[in-house]
Amino acid sequence: MAENKGILVFGEIAEGEFPSITTELLGCGRKLADELKEDLSCLLASDAVGDLAKEAIAFGADKVYTVEDSTLKRYEADCYMQVADQVIGQVSPRAILLGNTPMGADLAPRLAFRLQVGLSTDCLELSIDPGTKQLMQTSSVYGGNAQAIFTAEAVPQIATTRVKAMSPIERDESRKGEVIPVKVTVDMSKVKTKVVETIKEEVTGVKLEDAAVIVCGGRGCGGPEPYDTTLKELADVLKGAVGASRPPCDNGWVPEAMHVGLTGKIVAPDIYFAIAISGASQHMSGCSGSKTIIAINKDPEANIFKQAHYGVVSKFEDVVPALTSKLKELLAK
Amino acid sequence: MPINMIVCCKQVPDPEAPPASFKVAGDKMTVPPDVKPVVSPYDENAVEAALRIKDTIGGKITVISLGNNLTRDVIKKPLSVGGDELILLEDEAFEGGDSWATANALAAAIKKVGEYDLIFCGRQSADWNAGQVGLGIAEILGIPAVNVVRKVEVVDGKTKVERAVSDGYEVVEVELPALLTITSELGDLRYAALKGIMAAAKKQPIVWKPADIGLEPSQVGAAGRHVKLAKLFQPVRETKCEIIEADTPAEAGASLAVKLREAKIL
Repeated sequence: MAENKGILVFGEIAEGEFPSITTELLGCGRKLADELKEDLSCLLASDAVGDLAKEAIAFGADKVYTVEDSTLKRYEADCYMQVADQVIGQVSPRAILLGNTPMGADLAPRLAFRLQVGLSTDCLELSIDPGTKQLMQTSSVYGGNAQAIFTAEAVPQIATTRVKAMSPIERDESRKGEVIPVKVTVDMSKVKTKVVETIKEEVTGVKLEDAAVIVCGGRGCGGPEPYDTTLKELADVLKGAVGASRPPCDNGWVPEAMHVGLTGKIVAPDIYFAIAISGASQHMSGCSGSKTIIAINKDPEANIFKQAHYGVVSKFEDVVPALTSKLKELLAK
Repeated sequence: MPINMIVCCKQVPDPEAPPASFKVAGDKMTVPPDVKPVVSPYDENAVEAALRIKDTIGGKITVISLGNNLTRDVIKKPLSVGGDELILLEDEAFEGGDSWATANALAAAIKKVGEYDLIFCGRQSADWNAGQVGLGIAEILGIPAVNVVRKVEVVDGKTKVERAVSDGYEVVEVELPALLTITSELGDLRYAALKGIMAAAKKQPIVWKPADIGLEPSQVGAAGRHVKLAKLFQPVRETKCEIIEADTPAEAGASLAVKLREAKIL
């Protein structure tokens, strides 16, 4: 068997573009490939890959394997597994990186068990052990209460990385690389799941992932109403987005698309208002990359005050409207 | 037509315990005695998913849990709400496994149970958060799987589920047998009635050792790991929080606004 070499990144494509995870994976993969002095390959599978192959090179890939098939328009595990099998066989990488996203978190365990190798999910940091050339995989565990460093002997080693945990390299159109089209015939008899409908639950206004300011409400908001009034008014003044911790989503106060946390969206805005949020590690996993965290909570012992930069200990209803109107006044000057 | 269901449930330290109660000792996580073990929350959602199927079309629910020295009151909870059987893979040898070792043992136990139409797991455990075991079991058994499911029904020998994705959900049809990993949006596990608690207290779980599921001790637990834990640690993350005080909450709000403006944060 050929020796396993290089890093293979599973790129994601959403509506003809790279979501941030793809360039983050390429940035991380580039760093690891340089440490190994080996190649960085990227797999792009979709109904149409087009110019994105060149884009992957500009973001650090040495080789881009493109697979185009009408069955690959949306991620479907049983189709993508067939693509993955073939391309991994062809590339024979030392390590495979995927995003800890709906696609990567679904595909990575299937791959690891198919190949009978180890996998670390939701990695915050990846590096190469110079002695063993093994991937040192730092994962968040215990809901963010701890971190673990994992290694695995068998190759390929597989890891998924947390959204926004890795940095892309600067886009450089003059970078050279090779585009390798791969023909995969997806055997539909092996596809056991059938997507019969796709429902978008759009949240209006600024998208959470892109917002520079996020006003996030917790269980302590007591019901759906503050999300449409008190919190939204503050967010509107700052052109920000409204989010929520897990309980408001589970209680049906707000849609799951607003969920910030370990199993929701990972955000890293400039300013994060945590309103009536206790600050459980599972929630903080989703927002700890924020530059400034401002907590408003009536419980002075709440964990959120250990991670916030500014805090007000009081019922949010009594604080936020005054904060909003004062900000409006100050920003109008 | 009634169907056979299997739910995999893990016992974990209560993840809702205050973050300060989690302390790393060596390569293990420890919690003080006042932090009680619970069924991992997403696994409770998985039990609820199975119960809803049982409510509508009927069926048998077998719960499988893996560990050592499992707390009976905790791990019997699925029985108290309507689970029919409880199988414990309980032995010293099962301790310290990773996702691979765990999924491999659970798959072996499921094969031994033999008859199953739907297998339910939580989307990820509350301790190691890996999110691998459910999909791993499906891969070992060679059955289709849908990850992060928020609604389940069984119609005409198929299951129709809603799979949560970042911008909404997909409605997915899968032929049985299949495995589903369940997320919290499905809904909380129902409360046990007193009658259910009494019945569960009387019911004895079936206990299987590695040999009972055809595995050597070297294939399970810490010995069966694919991934080595090199280090477990807790990064120090405490920031200095400036508490804004004023005579009234409204004044504190206004003074926070001024502060943020002065610090050029806004």
